[in-house]
Amino acid sequence: MRYLPHSEADRQAMLAAIGVGSIDDLFLDIPANLRVHGLTLPKAAGELSVERTLGRMAARNVPAGSVPFFVGAGAYRHHVPASVDHLIQRSEFLTSYTPYQPEITQGTLQYLFEFQTQVAHLTGMEVANASMYDGSTATAEAVLMAHRVTRRKKAVLSGGLHPHYRAVVATTSAMASDAVDALDADPLGTEDILSRIDGETSCVVVQSPSVYGHLIDLAPIAEKAHQVGALLVAVFTEAVSLGIVEPPGAQGADIVVGEGQSIGNPLTFGGPYVGLFAARMKHVRQMPGRLCGETVDAEGRRGFVLTLSTREQHIRRDKATSNICTNSGLCALAFTIHMTLLGETGLARLARINHANAVELAEMLVEVPGVSLLNESFFNEFTLRLPREAAGVVEALAAKGILGGVPVSRLEPGRPDLADLLIVASTEVNTVDDRIAFAAALQEVLA
Amino acid sequence: MSMNTQGRPTSAGEASVSAIDTFTGNRALQQEEALLFEIGRHGTTGVDLDEPEAFTSRLGKLQRKAPLDLPGLSEPEAVRHYVRLSQKNYAIDSGLYPLGSCTMKHNPRLNEKLARLPGFGDIHPLQPLSTVPGAVELMAELGRWLIEMTGMTSVALSPKAGAHGELCGMMAIKAAIEARGEPRDIVLVPESAHGTNPATAALLGFKVVTVPARADGTVDPEAVKALLSPQVAAIMLTNPNTCGLFERDVVAIAAAVHAAGAYFYCDGANFNAIVGKAKVGELGVDAMHINLHKTFSTPHGGGGPGAGPVVFSSRLAAFAPLPFVRIGAEGPVLVEDEAALQAGETPFGRMVAFHGQMGMFVRALSYMLSHGGNGLRQASEDAVLNANYVRAGLRDVMTQPSGDRTCMHEVLFDDGFLEGTGVTTLDFAKAMIDEGYHPMTMYFPLVVHGAMLIEPTESESKASLDLFVATLRDLVMKAKAGDIARFREAPRFAPRRRLDETRAARQPKLTYERPVPFEQAAE
Repeated sequence: MRYLPHSEADRQAMLAAIGVGSIDDLFLDIPANLRVHGLTLPKAAGELSVERTLGRMAARNVPAGSVPFFVGAGAYRHHVPASVDHLIQRSEFLTSYTPYQPEITQGTLQYLFEFQTQVAHLTGMEVANASMYDGSTATAEAVLMAHRVTRRKKAVLSGGLHPHYRAVVATTSAMASDAVDALDADPLGTEDILSRIDGETSCVVVQSPSVYGHLIDLAPIAEKAHQVGALLVAVFTEAVSLGIVEPPGAQGADIVVGEGQSIGNPLTFGGPYVGLFAARMKHVRQMPGRLCGETVDAEGRRGFVLTLSTREQHIRRDKATSNICTNSGLCALAFTIHMTLLGETGLARLARINHANAVELAEMLVEVPGVSLLNESFFNEFTLRLPREAAGVVEALAAKGILGGVPVSRLEPGRPDLADLLIVASTEVNTVDDRIAFAAALQEVLA
Repeated sequence: MSMNTQGRPTSAGEASVSAIDTFTGNRALQQEEALLFEIGRHGTTGVDLDEPEAFTSRLGKLQRKAPLDLPGLSEPEAVRHYVRLSQKNYAIDSGLYPLGSCTMKHNPRLNEKLARLPGFGDIHPLQPLSTVPGAVELMAELGRWLIEMTGMTSVALSPKAGAHGELCGMMAIKAAIEARGEPRDIVLVPESAHGTNPATAALLGFKVVTVPARADGTVDPEAVKALLSPQVAAIMLTNPNTCGLFERDVVAIAAAVHAAGAYFYCDGANFNAIVGKAKVGELGVDAMHINLHKTFSTPHGGGGPGAGPVVFSSRLAAFAPLPFVRIGAEGPVLVEDEAALQAGETPFGRMVAFHGQMGMFVRALSYMLSHGGNGLRQASEDAVLNANYVRAGLRDVMTQPSGDRTCMHEVLFDDGFLEGTGVTTLDFAKAMIDEGYHPMTMYFPLVVHGAMLIEPTESESKASLDLFVATLRDLVMKAKAGDIARFREAPRFAPRRRLDETRAARQPKLTYERPVPFEQAAE
């Protein structure tokens, strides 16, 4: 077996050095009647064979890059520069552990410090952690943090929050016996969330752009929340939007969480992604997850360490702010390299391209008879009302070789009243030919 | 070798003079590298993008008003920046990484290649399921392997890491107890457990009660029985435990827990010791997470991403969260929501957006297919063989907390052998860095004084282990010979000497602060 260095002679010599006669003598603590003598699984296979097996499975899927592609709703296809994937596969990044020994992990620690700074600047916040699993779990952790800060236990969730995020928060809250007031799905972006915020509210959770694509003015929500001593948790699933949209921090958000996949990370069927988590410095000791901080070494040289770990599970155990341990280090690295290559200049331009493509696509699609646009405002994603159920339309489009968005029924299966809605995204990877093909196919399918 | 003849200990924050200074501060291949925020420039970008043609903005009044402080680098500058940073890291690819309970084994590059196939890497979680049958097939196949290896009934693939898997398992237990309508709010956790165990239980509102360990770190069924009551929801047990020992009485513990109406959660962090040797389902386990980034070698990436699928017994299978793969007559089906549930499926909710760590699923299945059932068993045997070989090589010079006895895939030492030398576990570990090794896990488990937990994994050759053992033996001799400075000043040859962690915590600097604030500089 190519990954196992020992020869049989090595094994025998090692057993002799240990002073036992056979390998089974090392497993005597397992009760004899429970010892397993083989698994009902295939035998070892060479690289070529494994490539064939998994290659066959991969070939059964339709890659986004092989067709005109307009699917978003929480994960977005962007072009990632070749150098990003090359750099994250450097052995020293890829095969290193969590940086518990800072003297020999300054590479990881310095990029985490740069990542934290980039995320703080991008969101308009004062501090960011070294990543969470993804946007949905970051949102659930933000709610728990708000409960700790405010010592209240009720979260108000906007109807524009991604339904999967809502479900993750609801699951965590139900298990922790915390209250959730989830507003009805808000495809029009017109909900009245202010009236739901009261003296019991710990936090109000608002996504912008919303899952339906609407840009939400967070400032009045922050103002109302702060009046009653609650926090505003601002959520985003499309990090590229922050290249041209006002940052949540500038609109009064107390905690900003989001999905960082858009920058540097491929779609990969939903994971691994990277959760971004930013907050105000005054709440730093209530934050979940790893924090990297600057210090000096014994020679006075600048260096970085994991810090404020008295919040964490390995020190505080059942009093920890979170149980998170392993997070998304390598995805954070991909994010930070891509962001470094973009710089503000590139990020803003990338955002403008996304927005321009989406505006053009929306203009084309509303020309299709029976199709209407629900959005006044949007970034690179918007919601259409179709003259019939969107799920069938998406399947018909797929049959024509076009992946044409996410039917709302996929996210809100219990809501037949929303079944005619389609969420459509357009990024820089779409060409004008893609858009024309989409509009033409939609017209044919609806005809 | 220069010696500090005064024997003056150098602690973090206390400057000492290097033998030779260079103008740059570099030391040959050790390049000092400034922060991105010091070398990046506003206006610079390493990505060529064409400005879009004129269009009507639909952002409304929410267009960004102030510049963002996000400096950029050209591609050659960015590549050099990150390559130089990478060279400051230790990695399993560059040396033995004996971190106990972390299972730092070789990461096959085949797995990286396959995860990047467009049919896996470039598919969207919400594109029509009719366009991703191969993805669902892969998830089903991974689940099949995990179930066969553990002897359990079902699997939840979506948890994102080990601690998230713990949360999943404990949520299923909480849901099962609520379904029974019982007010059970206590979770038993042994002293030697990972910190994530009590943190997870507390997150769900459980009261954590600590189970005392026997002298050798294992759990006594009588101690468990004494704590069991109608209020106990579950026990969280790591097996093999964090002392590197198989819990001999696990079946008796499971029987007692079940008799009391509680559930048995097993922390699967140490699964690498027993693949193909024992099935946890036959030990009485009700739920166990499996760290794909440990046992199944998906790269740890400097702190993730991981993946923490959870296998369930028949007692908990119905509560597995959404989404899950149902194996039906027409093949595997991805069940995403309540509307698609069948009788007997009562998921406790949803833990993540989308379907879990697909990229890690591909890597782990590639690893499993490469090894096969026989290779996985051989890997566990070699992992245990290697740990015992290290034990045999060091047992006469280092001390073990419960005497010299067979261990599983990791061997635990205490600091008894350092008594009277003035060298601590921390010093000893830092001296290993100068010898070119990543230190072992230190001061964990908490039940052992000055613990040193060594997990060599099956990836190390006999020659590699021989040199490692010889190195540690040499360090022990030097400690006993009074060569204290070597330890207290270590590491001397790493990119940094010991770092001042107290200062980092007392005056937290968590983001880069410009000498001149960005707002003013931008004006």
